[in-house]
Amino acid sequence: MVAADIDLVLKRYPNASRDSLIPILQDVQQAHGYLSREAVVRIGQHLRLPASKIYGVATFYNQFRFQPQGVNHVQVCRGTACHVKGSAAILEAVKRELKIEAGQTSRDGQFSLEVVACIGACGLAPVICVNGEFHAGVSTKSVAKILASYRKASQP
Amino acid sequence: MTNPNSPEVIPPLPPKVEACPEVLRWLVDADSIPRDAEARRFCEERLAELRRDRVVRPAIYVGAGTCGLGAGAQATLDAVRAYLDSHEIHADVVKVGCIGLCSVEPVVDIQLPGQARVSFKQVTAEKVPGFLDEVLSGRLPEAMVLGQHRHATLTAWDDVPYLDEHPFFAPQTRWVLANCGLIDPARIDEYIARGGYAALWKTLKEKTSEQVCEMVEASGLRGRGGGGFPTGTKWKFARGARGETKYLICNADEGDPGAFMDRAVIESDPHRLLEGMAIAAYGIGAGKAYIYIRAEYPLAIKRLKAAIAQAEAARLLGQGILGSSFSLEVVIKMGAGAFVCGEETALINSIEGRRGMPRPRPPFPAVSGLFGKPTIINNVETLANLPLLAQRGAAWFSALGTKTSKGTKVFALSGKVSRTGLVEVAMGTRIRRIVFDIGGGIPNGKAYKAVQIGGPSGGCIPTQHLDIDVDYESLKTVGAMMGSGGLVVMDEETCMVDVAKFFMDFIQRESCGKCIPCREGTRRMLEILQRITRGRKKEKGIEALERFQSVLHLQSLAESIRDTSLCGLGQTAPNPVLSTLRWFRDEYEAHIYDRHCPSAVCAELVTYSIDAEKCKGCTLCLKKCPADAIVGTLKKPHYIVVEKCIGCGSCLDACRTEAITKV
Repeated sequence: MVAADIDLVLKRYPNASRDSLIPILQDVQQAHGYLSREAVVRIGQHLRLPASKIYGVATFYNQFRFQPQGVNHVQVCRGTACHVKGSAAILEAVKRELKIEAGQTSRDGQFSLEVVACIGACGLAPVICVNGEFHAGVSTKSVAKILASYRKASQP
Repeated sequence: MTNPNSPEVIPPLPPKVEACPEVLRWLVDADSIPRDAEARRFCEERLAELRRDRVVRPAIYVGAGTCGLGAGAQATLDAVRAYLDSHEIHADVVKVGCIGLCSVEPVVDIQLPGQARVSFKQVTAEKVPGFLDEVLSGRLPEAMVLGQHRHATLTAWDDVPYLDEHPFFAPQTRWVLANCGLIDPARIDEYIARGGYAALWKTLKEKTSEQVCEMVEASGLRGRGGGGFPTGTKWKFARGARGETKYLICNADEGDPGAFMDRAVIESDPHRLLEGMAIAAYGIGAGKAYIYIRAEYPLAIKRLKAAIAQAEAARLLGQGILGSSFSLEVVIKMGAGAFVCGEETALINSIEGRRGMPRPRPPFPAVSGLFGKPTIINNVETLANLPLLAQRGAAWFSALGTKTSKGTKVFALSGKVSRTGLVEVAMGTRIRRIVFDIGGGIPNGKAYKAVQIGGPSGGCIPTQHLDIDVDYESLKTVGAMMGSGGLVVMDEETCMVDVAKFFMDFIQRESCGKCIPCREGTRRMLEILQRITRGRKKEKGIEALERFQSVLHLQSLAESIRDTSLCGLGQTAPNPVLSTLRWFRDEYEAHIYDRHCPSAVCAELVTYSIDAEKCKGCTLCLKKCPADAIVGTLKKPHYIVVEKCIGCGSCLDACRTEAITKV
């Protein structure tokens, strides 16, 4: 099942050369949520490159994950404008609320947390982004409420 | 404030004509307009409609860039549509880009037939029904009016201020941002009707590629991405380089935290960038162009993809552009999240599918770049300047600005300032004017401390240098740099040591690890800053000595990193530290000698205390404290045990009676 997904992506890149590597990794992650061990090996075979090279490129970039994401993916912006407006405290509050560290997924698979350098919404700082939805001007007090609304929505 | 035209009577719209190049031909070549009166009138009406000089029914424009959407523009848009449906009102709902004033988003513009367009601020979804009730019946809710757009033929509203007189917009010179927030970025014909692609037409018809390079060189246009290298000079290197295949790369990997102008330009006016790229590619002789854009900007990527498809369909990109022999293929490459990929050789490695590590230069990319071919890399803003430059000429362009810096610069103004957003000012404008006139100063009556310019490679401008000009050279004299254009304002509540630490933390994470000064040095610098800002409740003697020793080395370490790193990232990495050390030495000293953070930011140096008078003994703080540092019983004043406190601030958030203070 999983392998078929990967092959479906690879089919879009026939006779691919190395410059297609990053787009392929992005597409596989898009389809799959993360880069599995198997995916890295298969991409290597497709591009006729050793898996170590693929892994080397993938680990270099912040975008690639090697663990599945939670149902709700929380991104906390740590850009300069957000920092000046107190995003360090926001990050702490999110960590406390979810009881996970950045880069981890909660045990129930509900939430994963990512720290991003800047989402480019500096005018609205501090910003957190859950499942692609922006929340502007958050405070340490509003964090719990925002996260609770997602927790509620994703539970049956 | 009444509107004579009732919105109920709506004549049918003429059928849509999807004939972009034809519209373009009418604009640039008067002879191509059909001679017979009927067809001529049709052309003129069509143009007026595209320019929105004339609307036959109310037009409602909703600012739907990333900032707008973050502030709730999607909900506003849905509410507007629901209102129109339920009231059976025919109106055009247009999704426009970002007008640039982020702090009053969501922004909605309304244009009633015959009347000038008016912008309204903070139109959140719940306000929509009442707001539309009023506006569509011809009354403008005064509290929400931002201003009306100046227009030659449309009737102006009485007693409504003009948008270009608004303090945020009045001091600006909008060249690159001219169309942002006004046109529908999803439609190429609106861009063309406002004069778009006419510059490309003119360039292809009138100029050789050599003349294009010369024009750009004569205009004094310099790279807007940070370095400030003269664009025309760089192009000449590539033009003169041997080989058939050459590449143009548009650097839209806007990695500087605190900068978002490239995103806004692409989201709001993508064709301006494409036109600029076509002119640049023609100048250097490139047949293929890449846009390297951050994956974190999904909306910008979507708009760009649509824009490229439209331009290709209209033969403004692709094979044989506008019937000439010049062809250009534009490919989007998504960045994968690495700050260092803003450096041009690292960016090239990334496009080639490698780790984004810089290469030693020479050879410069203009001679041997992508796949070993001559390559020119320009920033989004640089390229977006080209259509206007080609249209009006080098002399016109260089008339604005200072001796060495010409034209305008777009800044992303954010941080502790009343009005945040995108600001485009003429070179030579004073920083004070940007922060206090355009930005409206510091909110909540706090005092200004500094403005951080140029992101992690830049520096701070303290109060005494607020009157410095925006100019590549003069900014360097105070240890700052133009950078890509992030302007983050800081007030008295911002700790400058913490800011330096923030940037060092960012840089050491983003260092690619290729050269040792950057990889090891930035990490050591971060450690030093961390020691300075750490509490010393249990510090041993030897640790104290280490701390003092490292402080002594901070400056010399910073200088050797600057002098010996391979690429621009490393060479500029110590700037935030050097700059804050230079202007805010007293804050460093307070941290080191007094173990005190004057701005009460550094968590371990902050002490919290409870005012026994105000505390009602609700036990909320006690329950929230993760370190069990609060003692007390119900309905009795509580007390914080300083030795146990970790400075997390949970108690401050929990307290409802404002009994907790931090010093």
